[in-house]
Amino acid sequence: MAGQPAIDPMHQFSVHKIWQGPTFHVGGLTLDMSITNSVASMIAGAVIIVLFFALTARREIVPNRAQALAEALYNIVDKVLVTPIIGHQGRPYIPYLFTLFCVILVLNLMGVLLAIGNVAGLSLTFTVTSQLAITATLAVLTFFSVFILGFIKHGPKFLGLFFPSGMGVIGAILMAPIEMISYFVRPVTLAMRLFGNMLGGHVVMALFGSFVVALGILGLSGGVATLAFVPSVLSFAMIVALTGLELVVAVLQAFVFVALATVYLNEVVNFGHGH
Amino acid sequence: MDAHAARLIGAGLATSGMIGAGVGLGMLFGNYLQAAIRNPSAAASQQTMLFLGMALTETMGLFSFVVALIILFGAGA
Repeated sequence: MAGQPAIDPMHQFSVHKIWQGPTFHVGGLTLDMSITNSVASMIAGAVIIVLFFALTARREIVPNRAQALAEALYNIVDKVLVTPIIGHQGRPYIPYLFTLFCVILVLNLMGVLLAIGNVAGLSLTFTVTSQLAITATLAVLTFFSVFILGFIKHGPKFLGLFFPSGMGVIGAILMAPIEMISYFVRPVTLAMRLFGNMLGGHVVMALFGSFVVALGILGLSGGVATLAFVPSVLSFAMIVALTGLELVVAVLQAFVFVALATVYLNEVVNFGHGH
Repeated sequence: MDAHAARLIGAGLATSGMIGAGVGLGMLFGNYLQAAIRNPSAAASQQTMLFLGMALTETMGLFSFVVALIILFGAGA
């Protein structure tokens, strides 16, 4: 198989510097201010989000298409998640949840829509949400904000979350460690879910992309090998279908991340109300 | 058997955890559809719960995927 492009689906996830910045030493930490492809994608995502909402927030009575889309996105967080799950007391937390939704949605969609650049092995684009460091940051930020909010709102009573009611004293104490583990594994699952979905989808797409190229080159060698064009074309059709699937997954994972954050927040806001 | 071959086999075996996630997702969506056909008016209100259940079920499969990746590309690879 010499002379063929190597099948390396993990290459697209490598972080590399595109601009060498200054390095600062703060205490024992070394802060490298370089712009990597990951940082560049995040900046692009932030610019897209800010521009989109700056241009659509015109408050027209008859909204144009872009404003309708912006309002539909807001309604996903407000009318589908926060109001049915938390209720009216959940309204103060909508800005955070909506920001989270927009960030994950835009970064996911950028990764999928621009992923065509990765198919031939070029690393033009970068899926920020396929880095565990990014998803873990979002998950830990969300989880501990909610956890600390619980203590601010309810004080030490909030620890009652770990002691299930209606089990008697001994039963509750026995159950407490299990409840604690299942509670503190939440940020791990939150981070893993987004990371795994984005990584998995992009690996499969890159694999089929390298099939197209490898089998196409094999088909060019003539003779019986011309038949290799058939699986090459089939692989290409597969990429088209997978891109559609990945678009659904990108939206769904942003929705699911925020939905779980809403459910966790609900435990805090409606703590002790048996909601 | 050298370490590389063992790593490939181990990664393949690790993905068998996805069987459970597949069964779980099938039950989830199957039961949702069954309930939705019996009472279509209640179907829309339960869609959020459907996706939450999907996310939680899917995580179990993704754990096995991540374990496979750690075996393949993790420390010592």
